[in-house]
Amino acid sequence: MRAAIGRGVLFVGLLIPLVPLAFWSITRTWQYPALLPQEFSMRGFEDLGRPGSDLLQGLTTSSIIAVIVTFAAAATGLSAGRALGLYSFRSKRLVQFLMLAPVIVPSFAVTMGIQVLFIRVGLADTLWGVALVHMIPTVPYVTLVMGSVFANYDIAYEEQARVLGASSLSIFRRVTLPAVFPGLAVASLFAFVISWSEYILTFLVGGGTVKTMPLLLFAYIGGNDSTKAAALGIIFVIPPLLLLALTSRYLTGSKKAISGLGQL
Amino acid sequence: MSFRGSSVAEPAPYGAGSAPGSAIQRSARLPGEWPDGLKVFALLSPALFLIVVLFLGGFAFGFLQSLGLLSFVGDGSLSFSAYLRMFEDPAVRASLPLTFRISIISTVLSAILAVASALLIRSTKRGQKFLVTIFQLNIPIPHIVGALAMMLLLQQSGYFSRIAFALGLVSSPAEFIPLVADEFGVGIIAHYMWKEVPFIGVVVLAALQSGVSDYEEVARSLGASSWNRFRFIILPFIAPSVSSTSIIAFAFTFGSYEIPFLLGRPFPAALPVVAVQSYRDSDLLSRPEAMATCVAITIFISILVYLYMRIVGRYTGGVR
Repeated sequence: MRAAIGRGVLFVGLLIPLVPLAFWSITRTWQYPALLPQEFSMRGFEDLGRPGSDLLQGLTTSSIIAVIVTFAAAATGLSAGRALGLYSFRSKRLVQFLMLAPVIVPSFAVTMGIQVLFIRVGLADTLWGVALVHMIPTVPYVTLVMGSVFANYDIAYEEQARVLGASSLSIFRRVTLPAVFPGLAVASLFAFVISWSEYILTFLVGGGTVKTMPLLLFAYIGGNDSTKAAALGIIFVIPPLLLLALTSRYLTGSKKAISGLGQL
Repeated sequence: MSFRGSSVAEPAPYGAGSAPGSAIQRSARLPGEWPDGLKVFALLSPALFLIVVLFLGGFAFGFLQSLGLLSFVGDGSLSFSAYLRMFEDPAVRASLPLTFRISIISTVLSAILAVASALLIRSTKRGQKFLVTIFQLNIPIPHIVGALAMMLLLQQSGYFSRIAFALGLVSSPAEFIPLVADEFGVGIIAHYMWKEVPFIGVVVLAALQSGVSDYEEVARSLGASSWNRFRFIILPFIAPSVSSTSIIAFAFTFGSYEIPFLLGRPFPAALPVVAVQSYRDSDLLSRPEAMATCVAITIFISILVYLYMRIVGRYTGGVR
């Protein structure tokens, strides 16, 4: 009985904030005391879908940046995680400390400092500059997850493949990658979500010229049109939710790659 | 802090089978193979390059600017005046207790609720998969969308206020207690809990699925009460997961700009909001103060995390 109530509370608590958001996105009028909108309409989505709306540009810019960052962070973190998980070496503690520092220290604090340099070298106000600072919060997460994956990885399989004459590339493709894939998928999901949702770093480095989805949504939230803001919010969560659907089985269950985050 | 599994024999957190251990042991290198030291260096260098240049470099540049160096204005000589101005700034003074309160309350409550939720989900027989899906659902939802959702839920004309009206508790939006842009930071805390409970919970759930039930069975058969099973078996098992995810959650809530900006007040505002405000100030003289605030945030978080790890480490031996 108590457990049933607990499950009910958990269910409602997790989902209830999404209820008004969903309703507002399809509302024409929804005056105060009403619990349901008086009139429904797709106006919010239609407005956003009009040619010349900011939506298309925002989606394109955000997707380009998030995809670049996800692949770059996955490659960087895979490599660093392999070093930290498989080998013991001098100054390993120092390297681990350095890798974890950006998880603890907010990235905007260091981004504000580096902006002077970005202006000098021409990275300020550019897509590449924004993608580069998005690496600060993403690489450590990937490294963290991959470090724990490689700590439980048996390198003997690679050696056997090598002895049997496999090339380095085919060892990576046929032995290493399949073995670490669940962890890599979860780590990449995190990297994508962090980059996709990042507001302040984009704002500081992009200076308002690199208009990603979070910058758009920020502007809409500041406006007076709840319907349009909610509609944009709904569109904004679709790509991360789709990726979650693809990687969800690695988050929990028998292949729980997420454990890496529990081993700081 | 260190990765587990590298040197300590731990319950394998990932995959099954035997953990191969840390140093790779074998008699001879295959022909044409790189020595280990070189491999480690090559594997680490991209990540280290990024962290050293962007992260350490950013911190160093910010620190120099906080001292009045590298700046577009001023005489370019070293001075501590930005720090003095920061300590006297009423916005900074008002923001410290607020920022601290929000982070502590939301992290502690999230950690407790996350453990409770994880245990609840684990004990659920029918519909467990469904509950796990709902639980994972808001992990990838961007914080800004969450903030918008909280606004529409909690503001004085929001959904809760409408429910209160339907129940006859209030008769106009103005009568509903302000939960967004309020003095205490209720809206901000509510948002963080909504995001952090599943984050911590999913990691705890993963820890609970890695073999603790066998020990519980033994304890149960020896007559241990459910409280004792929780205290002496489950808690030690999940403690490392809870402590490291709550460190991540605490540091995130302390250093986040978007949420307190959208759900809080302009004054008192959270520290990151104050820092960005002075960075964007049209008076370029406040740039050094913005940098000083960032340096202060960095040092403050580092000290808090260090103290927390010392305290937790004493009880669990888990986080070092």
